[in-house]
Amino acid sequence: MIDPRTSVITDRLADIGRIIAVSSGKGGVGKSLVATALALSLAKEGCQVGLFDLDFTGPSTHIILGTPSNLQPKEEKGIVPPNFEGLSYMSLVYYVGDNPAPLRGADISNALIELLSVTRWGPLDFLVIDMPPGIGDAVLDLIRLVKRIEFLIITTPSFLAFEVVKKQVSLLCELNMPIVGVVENMKVDKANAVELATQKLGLRYLGAIPYDVTAEASIGNPQKLLDTAIGKTMNQIKKATVGQRGKLGCPVKQ
Amino acid sequence: MHEWALAEAILKSAEQVVEKENLEEVTEVTIKVGELQQVEAPILRFALNQLKPDFFKKAKFRILKAKSVLKCRVCGITWEFSFKKLDRATAEAIHFVPEVAHTYIKCQKCGSPDFEIVAGRGVWLENIQGVKSE
Repeated sequence: MIDPRTSVITDRLADIGRIIAVSSGKGGVGKSLVATALALSLAKEGCQVGLFDLDFTGPSTHIILGTPSNLQPKEEKGIVPPNFEGLSYMSLVYYVGDNPAPLRGADISNALIELLSVTRWGPLDFLVIDMPPGIGDAVLDLIRLVKRIEFLIITTPSFLAFEVVKKQVSLLCELNMPIVGVVENMKVDKANAVELATQKLGLRYLGAIPYDVTAEASIGNPQKLLDTAIGKTMNQIKKATVGQRGKLGCPVKQ
Repeated sequence: MHEWALAEAILKSAEQVVEKENLEEVTEVTIKVGELQQVEAPILRFALNQLKPDFFKKAKFRILKAKSVLKCRVCGITWEFSFKKLDRATAEAIHFVPEVAHTYIKCQKCGSPDFEIVAGRGVWLENIQGVKSE
């Protein structure tokens, strides 16, 4: 018995320039806001951009974007994501609404494979993926199934967050996965500990996003999000973020 | 027409088997479709016939239905899934992503959404018969 779905995933993603997983070993560091701001900022620049919410058990990009409840993909020899605010937008919320989706690891893998195999993104310059926290099923499945995946790592200035992020970096390096760089979110002072530690890991420090109390009020309004420190910083560093291919920053092998 | 995307995946996967097994001609492809995904067999067959490449020209597509069996991880009972009790929107959501069953279906005995899909989830390539190259 063969699961036929994985055989078409590479074809489904063939017309996408770059696939960037916005990821962090730690939860609560602002991955979803950064991923959404990055996607919106690239779209504003005139790029064709897709945003895929892979945080199946805790999706939030639809709330950040303020998508209407009747937004649905089109069924056309597969699933065609609808366009919202200039983004081809895909999320499991189309199928679960506001209800919880209590999925175990194998179910997450299966749902991920299903959506990757039937979603017709069409030509895109960038596909930005909002990842769940950690180095569990979604990360391992993307590494296994999406050969061109690159990781953008988000951390906060917290020693605790960075220590967990280091574990993720270590895994990605061990597997020779490209890491675009590290973004430090919610920065409240001028300390450069994360920048130095990032450089020590052999990775690019892409920039810091100052802590912005107005971010909360921007939720549900993409234009407002672009005016927050998150939106403005991601706009400034987007060239550094996606302007070149991620390098393999492996501290062990360097 | 979600079935078209699945038909493409089946054919691509079957092509890989043909290459690996060095088959010259394919005579029969057996596909199993789980009840949970509620794939429409006539549409799937139509799509397969429309999309099939040349070396599948003479191939017959056999589509078998598999009962969907769910097993509760909390109380251990097993039961057969039936979409007849579901409203159209729910059935359609499960059709696209069978795992969202965990959102809508609960264990018949204890009410838990923590169940295992033991059998009959989605589409599987069961068997390919053909003529080997000399």
